[in-house]
Amino acid sequence: MLGSTMQAASTLANLGQLAVAIYEQTMALFGFIGECAAALAGSVAHPRRLRWRPILFNIRSAGFDALPIVGLLSFLLGIVVAFQGADQLRQYGANIFVADLVGISMLREFAPLITAIIIAGRSGSAYAAQIGTMAVTEEIDAMRTLGIQPLEMLVLPKIIGLLIALPLLTAFADICGVFGGMIMAQAKLGVGFAEFLDRFSKVVSVTSYLIGIGKAPVFAAIIAVIGCFQGMRTRGGADSVGRQTTRSVVQASFLVIVVDALFSIAFSVLDL
Amino acid sequence: MPDPTPADAPVITISQLSTRFGDHVVHADLDLEVRRGEIFAVIGGSGSGKSTLLREMILLQRPNAGSIRVLGVDLKDISDDAALALRLRWGVMFQHGGLFGALTVLENIGLPLREHRDLDDAAVDAVAAEKLALTGLEPEVGAQYPSELSGGMLKRASLARALALDPELLFLDEPTAGLDPESAGEVDQLVRKLRNRGGLTIVMITHDLDLLWQLADRVAVLAEGKVQGVGSMAELAQIEQPAFRKFFDGPRGRAAQERARSQ
Repeated sequence: MLGSTMQAASTLANLGQLAVAIYEQTMALFGFIGECAAALAGSVAHPRRLRWRPILFNIRSAGFDALPIVGLLSFLLGIVVAFQGADQLRQYGANIFVADLVGISMLREFAPLITAIIIAGRSGSAYAAQIGTMAVTEEIDAMRTLGIQPLEMLVLPKIIGLLIALPLLTAFADICGVFGGMIMAQAKLGVGFAEFLDRFSKVVSVTSYLIGIGKAPVFAAIIAVIGCFQGMRTRGGADSVGRQTTRSVVQASFLVIVVDALFSIAFSVLDL
Repeated sequence: MPDPTPADAPVITISQLSTRFGDHVVHADLDLEVRRGEIFAVIGGSGSGKSTLLREMILLQRPNAGSIRVLGVDLKDISDDAALALRLRWGVMFQHGGLFGALTVLENIGLPLREHRDLDDAAVDAVAAEKLALTGLEPEVGAQYPSELSGGMLKRASLARALALDPELLFLDEPTAGLDPESAGEVDQLVRKLRNRGGLTIVMITHDLDLLWQLADRVAVLAEGKVQGVGSMAELAQIEQPAFRKFFDGPRGRAAQERARSQ
């Protein structure tokens, strides 16, 4: 009896500690977002203070270097969507609707989401690991003592770089995903490329494309801010770097999907 | 920027400093003064708050209460611009070097110049090479990355970077920790050489008894959140309190003392 009471008490204590930790981290995140916003505003006011070299470097490493993996995965995703839809559509003789299915689902949802998740795993983790390692090896402290703001040197270039790179990657994923769907449509449903594209251009509106691309900067901000935030929170030794890196990927992927769901609700309310 | 303080004013004045981490008291009403041109050492057991004290002096951490004045500037409520101006007047050598892994040694040394001085690349490289030579490193080391250097070379390169802007004040965090005796001896020599350049005030945190006996003009012993005593090693050696005895008794303490006497 006593044992179970104590167990319940310790469960309650753990729950309380967890709640406090989550609260503390959320508040720290808001503080970090505020600092980033202030630094970004400062850079916009004084564009000469922007560090273009690291921004361009980040566009290359997070954007250009990710083209193969993003292209391949969205291509496969397009194939899967068309393949899954093929049987259903054929039953009703509605083969040509595969263009609607692939076009709208890829452009609105799948391409932005898969791109954001890949980049969260690929670049968000790299941000956390890079900044975390620098925190452990005193490089962040050294940077401050040399009169260089780590936020301006390390964080802003990543945020700005990803804000530019992710929409471009999403557009690339759109193309690859639709191409995958086209190949499947021809193989399984006998819908030729010309027929597919003709239908595609008629039913898939520019709005669908813009909605998909419009989500990308939001996802980019989430991934870059979470990655940098978790990196900056690294304390102690090398094991902490690994822990923070894991956290950055989990939280960024989680938030990207939650925000995507919120977008869906908002767009349906707005009738888009 | 004109220096508002007269030449004989203390470089660092700390008064009534208090620092707490939660319930843990690190500093309780700590007072300290560092004079211009001296080599000042802070010693104390682990957990005595000497690293925290250093971090507070170089604006990496804020105390809970009390005041710190460095080079005539109060660090409390300091504006960003004033903090930047102050940071350019001191140099810091970190325990593990704190060199940027993505840059070569020469780029590391040149970084403060590139950031804060209006110099072209060739001039930056020339100054960086000069600082590299000052710390006794071969010119080839400049092209290497920090991960390729040994511990002693890392510390020298870090010192070269700290000296890049010709600071008035130099902070050394454990300059000889983790070095073999030979490299540690070379760092001793290097600090001695810097002192002879004149005008430079050096504040260091160290456990190295040889360094303390041979180089430190004055030493502050930190324990229980306060400065227990300040003086030269010879003066401190006379004090009979247990907080002091552990630095002087025991085989290592006596050996360092004898080495210092025999020189």
